[in-house]
Amino acid sequence: MYRIEELIISRIRDLVMKITGRRLLISVPSLWTMIFFLCPCLILLKISFSDGLIASPPYTSIVDMVSEYTLQVRLNLGNYVRLFTDEMYIRGFMTSFAIATTSTACCLIIGFPMAYAIARSAEKIRNILLMLVLLPFWTSFLIRVYAWIMLLSPSGLINTWLMNWHLIDSPLQLMNNSYAACLGMIYAYLPFMIFPLYGAIEKIDYSLIEAAYDLGSTPLTAFFSIVAPLASPGAYAGSVLVFMPAIGEFVIPELLGGAQTLTVGRLVWNEFFVNMSWPTAAALSMVLLAFVMIVLALVQKHKEISLLAQE
Amino acid sequence: MRIKLSNFILFLGYLFLYAPLLCIVVCSFNESMFVSVWSGFSLKWYRALMSDQIMLRATWTSLKIASLSASVSVVIGVIAAIVIVRLRKFRGKSFFMGAITAPLVMPEVIMGLALLMLFVGSEEYFGWPDGRGTLTVVVAHITLTLSYVTMVVMARLQDLDRSIEEAALDLGASPIKAFFVITLPMISPSIMVGWLLAFALSLDDVVIASFVAGPGATTLPMIVFSSLRFGISPEINALATILITVLSIGVIISAMWIYRKKDAKDTA
Repeated sequence: MYRIEELIISRIRDLVMKITGRRLLISVPSLWTMIFFLCPCLILLKISFSDGLIASPPYTSIVDMVSEYTLQVRLNLGNYVRLFTDEMYIRGFMTSFAIATTSTACCLIIGFPMAYAIARSAEKIRNILLMLVLLPFWTSFLIRVYAWIMLLSPSGLINTWLMNWHLIDSPLQLMNNSYAACLGMIYAYLPFMIFPLYGAIEKIDYSLIEAAYDLGSTPLTAFFSIVAPLASPGAYAGSVLVFMPAIGEFVIPELLGGAQTLTVGRLVWNEFFVNMSWPTAAALSMVLLAFVMIVLALVQKHKEISLLAQE
Repeated sequence: MRIKLSNFILFLGYLFLYAPLLCIVVCSFNESMFVSVWSGFSLKWYRALMSDQIMLRATWTSLKIASLSASVSVVIGVIAAIVIVRLRKFRGKSFFMGAITAPLVMPEVIMGLALLMLFVGSEEYFGWPDGRGTLTVVVAHITLTLSYVTMVVMARLQDLDRSIEEAALDLGASPIKAFFVITLPMISPSIMVGWLLAFALSLDDVVIASFVAGPGATTLPMIVFSSLRFGISPEINALATILITVLSIGVIISAMWIYRKKDAKDTA
């Protein structure tokens, strides 16, 4: 009798432990993301509706007790209106979009042959080749951007070589334009494209391609009817992984793009650090965030980016 | 002919990836200040770097921040991965997953700005954090790296053989004991990768740190970034070479460690 009671009590204790343990497990990461991720986003949204002020903090509160029983919520939409009417901001969004799409397309064009060549290489060296793609990604991001400053700047290596060979007389303006920014992005984000592409291409059964050849298809038709469709999930995942960081990128356009390549990332930075206009910076961030979310939703609808998890 | 073409593509691809880095390494040993003149082999920029107090202090700050944030991030990330993979469906699970992985696609400038707004606001209302410094950077970097760590650990947990764990539970181990004795050793390679990834991301971040760091917590990337605005600097060449060497060796060693572990498992 005594035994059974003890058993029941211990079972109940286990159950309680399990439930509280579960709660505890869920609560730790949830609390962290709520406090340090969702909350900041909401604060940013709030500030984007306030007026700029020369004070500390430099914005007005949107909720006011105007009299004893009146709570006034005052939303200033001016920040958003300005973003869509001022030419500088519109151009900023266009520049960002153009640079991000160009670099994504270039990464796809460069990354596809590389991923294909790696996937078709001998099995022994495949892992080494993959690691060699990833290795520059682990070395500092700033250093990789710096490498291009060194190559492209007026006193940089390429100009020095060209002048030493007497091909040019004065240094070419290779840096401080949007092409240099694109190049930097391609260099920085190429591994993001190669990895998912490799994952998709590696799974393609090579006998399918051989069958296509046997049935008389040219390499081109074999590519478009077999390789391209089967590799497309990888291409989608890779494009998202390149496009997403590229659209909000700050460091690369700042260092390689020069003064006229004003991307959204740089505009946010400048509004905050240079103009001290927190509400404008917040509104810009919100529009950029909305844009990112729309793109993601469109892509997710099109193809499940399951490869994101494999990164 | 086909093999030759693919080798040629690989050669060009890796040339594109490695030639710029190689240029930095070579130039770091150049005695001259300018990249245009090679005036002889020299280690003087390394000596200059070693006596640069600002740089050394920033390196120390960065290493502290990176190791601390990577460690906390791994603990929370493992818990988050377990919640996502192992726990039965609970209300708001998909929201939980979305919120955990969202920082992956969040532009850095927005994340930095938003976190700064949070710190400013909470300082005003609660008096915490008392000024911005190392702590705020650590918190920001944990938030940044958490999603990466969770992703890495999640991928491993998903294709883990659960039968061993269940056997331990059947034989009377408590869930906590089963986790520490069975599950944790099995996912340890992914935890290691997660930690390294978090460490590298934190050591690399300049945007978020610039927003949330106080005057006392200048990190190494912040110093490098501000000197890059002025173009080429031989001292940065030396620093870059050291970073490239150290990080490459670290990655290669850990990769070998993980492969060996995998091999041992496959042959066993």
